[in-house]
Amino acid sequence: MAEIQQKAQSGGKGGKKRAKKMSTKIDMTPMVDLAFLLLTFFMLTTTFAKPNVMQLTMPVKKTDDVEDTKIKASQAMTILLGKDNKAYYYFGLNTPADKTVPKPEMKVTNFSANGIRQVLLTRQRQKPEPIILIKPTEDAKYKNMVDILDEMNITNQKKYALVKAPKEDLDLIKESAL
Amino acid sequence: MPKVKPHRTSPSLDMTPMVDLAFLLVTFFMLTTKFAPEESVVVDTPSSVSELKLPENNVITLTVDKNKRVFFGVDAKQTKIQALQRVGAKYGVNFTAAQAKEFGDLPNFGLPISQLGSYLDMAKEDRKQVNDKQPGVPLDSLNNQLVDWVLEARRANQAIFHKPTYIAIKGDGNADVPTVQKVIKVLQEKDINRFNLITDMENKPVAASR
Repeated sequence: MAEIQQKAQSGGKGGKKRAKKMSTKIDMTPMVDLAFLLLTFFMLTTTFAKPNVMQLTMPVKKTDDVEDTKIKASQAMTILLGKDNKAYYYFGLNTPADKTVPKPEMKVTNFSANGIRQVLLTRQRQKPEPIILIKPTEDAKYKNMVDILDEMNITNQKKYALVKAPKEDLDLIKESAL
Repeated sequence: MPKVKPHRTSPSLDMTPMVDLAFLLVTFFMLTTKFAPEESVVVDTPSSVSELKLPENNVITLTVDKNKRVFFGVDAKQTKIQALQRVGAKYGVNFTAAQAKEFGDLPNFGLPISQLGSYLDMAKEDRKQVNDKQPGVPLDSLNNQLVDWVLEARRANQAIFHKPTYIAIKGDGNADVPTVQKVIKVLQEKDINRFNLITDMENKPVAASR
């Protein structure tokens, strides 16, 4: 109990009997108890309404008579999602079969604000409207995929696509040994 | 000279501000949250800056956990029951009315349809024990039950509510991409190309220098 009622002084001269003065204070402890009980209950049993979502629209399934859209090498940029939260990237196209195209230079970065985001922003300034190919490898985490799609939103990329990593790109990662 | 008695104050605290605060918080939680359905798997979703909200209803949730399992869930009870009957009919599995009712209360599951009946017969408490052992809804090319669930749930939802469904993928941050891509691929084969990835909220960075 948080309150101790002070006993009214009795005795003395047997004068007029005064009405006992009650203190106007209410013991609020049970109310606090109840409030915190409810609070804990709500904190433990509920979730915040409506989680956020990210839209992902995949291209319509390819039919045989539609050819792959050609991407200009000058616009293309590939981001490969590797293991241990690494993001490999290179500019241009990687076609080992075609000897006329020089092999792209592989670079590596991470998903922090100073990592891939700066690369994307710099690229955007140098070459407006890049086409970005996002290729998650087998070792990539789903979190990386969401992160990179998120970067696309943050840096306002117009054209990007989520594609499967081809063998040539995986070889390139191995060769670069980054 | 009589001793000077120190004036004794009663050790009472004014708890009014505390009560105010507590009830304020209670009200806040009551208004901004909803009851968490007891899902059979707990996933930790990654965060993004996206500000879109998941629609309230007509949502099919595909949960991918870090052990490469896929769980299926629909929000509306009637849709769930109708989908159960249709998928059951396709695979030649019959469910009793009691099992269907139990299924309607289930937020999501990750079992092949042949094991679903015995799972539904279990008591609620027993189910929690086996939740960790659920193998996930099969989705390989030979035995693709996930697509059937999605298609039937869509059709049932369309028939009951006359509304299209949203497909939400709720992946664990540590889930691997191949599983998520497999899910997307099997749905794309059925011409489902629009997905919602459920994410946590994250503040939009201001550092995006341009």
